[in-house]
Amino acid sequence: MANIPAELKYAASHEWVKEEDGLTVIGLTDYAQEALGDLVFVNLPEEGDEVTAGESFADVESVKAVSDVFSPVSGTVAAINEELLDAPESINEDPYGAWFIKVEGVSETEELLDAAAYEAVCAAEAE
Amino acid sequence: MQLLFERSKPGRKLSLIPACDVPAVDFGDAARDAAPRLPQLAEVDLGRHYTELCKQTHGVNDGFYPLGSCTMKYNPRVNEELSALPGFTGVHPLQPTATAQGCLEVIAKTSEMLNEICGMDAMTLQPAAGAHGEFTGLQLIRAYHLDRGDTARNKIIVPDSAHGTNPASAVMVGFEVVAVPSNEQGGVDLEALKEAVGEDTAGLMLTNPNTLGLFDPNILEITKIIHEAGGLCYYDGANLNAVMGHARPGDMGFDCVHVNLHKTFSTPHGGGGPGSGPVGCKEFLAPYLPGPLVAGNEGSYEFFTPEKSMGRVRSFYGNFLVVVRALAYILTLGKEGIPEASANAVLNANYLLKRLCDLYSVPFGEQCMHEFVIDVEPLKHDTGASAMDVAKRMLDFGVHPPTMYFPLIVHEALMIEPTETEAPETLDEFVDIMRSIYDEAQADGEKLHHAPFTRFIGRPDEVNAARKPILRYDFDGE
Repeated sequence: MANIPAELKYAASHEWVKEEDGLTVIGLTDYAQEALGDLVFVNLPEEGDEVTAGESFADVESVKAVSDVFSPVSGTVAAINEELLDAPESINEDPYGAWFIKVEGVSETEELLDAAAYEAVCAAEAE
Repeated sequence: MQLLFERSKPGRKLSLIPACDVPAVDFGDAARDAAPRLPQLAEVDLGRHYTELCKQTHGVNDGFYPLGSCTMKYNPRVNEELSALPGFTGVHPLQPTATAQGCLEVIAKTSEMLNEICGMDAMTLQPAAGAHGEFTGLQLIRAYHLDRGDTARNKIIVPDSAHGTNPASAVMVGFEVVAVPSNEQGGVDLEALKEAVGEDTAGLMLTNPNTLGLFDPNILEITKIIHEAGGLCYYDGANLNAVMGHARPGDMGFDCVHVNLHKTFSTPHGGGGPGSGPVGCKEFLAPYLPGPLVAGNEGSYEFFTPEKSMGRVRSFYGNFLVVVRALAYILTLGKEGIPEASANAVLNANYLLKRLCDLYSVPFGEQCMHEFVIDVEPLKHDTGASAMDVAKRMLDFGVHPPTMYFPLIVHEALMIEPTETEAPETLDEFVDIMRSIYDEAQADGEKLHHAPFTRFIGRPDEVNAARKPILRYDFDGE
């Protein structure tokens, strides 16, 4: 069963979210990396780009397919995790450490799920 | 096996080439400092190298090749014979048209027949393959809107079951992609489509039958919704083999199409290609087609470029010898054979579906067009054997694996397209293979993780091949 830390919030499209030093940190869940398989490529936005809640801000490529990563919030990209670009495997190895972007000036946030609700989403998808 | 660089011996070469009688020219600074390090080999070394490689591959001449959405049908030898005629191979693209009337006639006749099959009015044979055809078709849509001063249409609607090339082509042309979800039957969700259209809709890209092998029963409603919003409809012809001679994209409401000659019209694929992706359109889009096109009658054919042409999308006239093969195929089958071919393609797919659906899960019903999708998820859940494992095991039985992990809406997808060229015996053999792989998975799912067991290469390291590809010979690090 996928690891779903209780202290994080989740989007149904399989991103995790946490607040850290006034910024919103976004990454991909353990369930998502497991479903995608070994990741070989990551496309990230640039610092200063606007992201919109519910819209794609990055994409990840596995040996199977390319998938969009959606932003649960609207705001401005304050930082990107450049290490992912050279080491996409770190998303597979440590999904909750391998953050994608940090967002500032958040103007809108999707309704997020707690760990229990997200676990239910994953269980329903695995049916 | 050894690479050509590893077989190379300094000084080994073909020594029978006559002395060069062209005077030497000094290129000055533009000349490179050292000669390129090419392998030095005898002709026989080269021949053996490629023959060895050839033995390690699998083509339609080796065995069953049910690669979904690729239509790996047999390529009749008569096509090869005709395309090798010296009048076709010895022609120069710039020679006076009066001396190449036969070639122009091939272009004119092929265009005319493809128009008839697709329900279109005009056609360019320039695009070099399917995605290039998509690009050209979308440029037509773009040119049409811009020419009318309708500059705000920047979105292309694509269903979530679409071929991956569709959204990619739309982005290449500068459009934004709007994905619409599938409904429970696997077709386009009409309500979601109505929500998605608007004054920014440039058009729709649709494959029908779609990548699940399903003919969308709402197709007329779908194209109507797009047209009423002011957009145009593009037909991805990748699955034309399911309907040719029975239903025409033009009659379904599509304004332009591309056709994959290397799928539907029996010309070689991939490394044996090149491909060819002609684009057809309705009369109102014809002025924007790439030129040159051919007009005229027997003995007086001429090239012309349409008045508002988008310009060339490829040098000269496309992959002309591929077009010759496709024309040979169309003329061989004729108007009786074309619909018979697609009917048999659909029959073969349904036969396989019916014979496999008791063991394997088929998420979109027990009836299909030319291809269908198996979901290996239940088998994976019970035994650990995935779509990848089942596909890899097929190699041991001399069968090319089907398309895997596509469409994306089925997670453990195997997409099977037998084509019309397979006999019932071949299909029965494939069913037996699929059933025995199923039994093997039930007995020991773990074991299948290591399949194939008898091939030169078992499981290439796909992850490292993508992450750290080695793209050139390193000459021992020199």
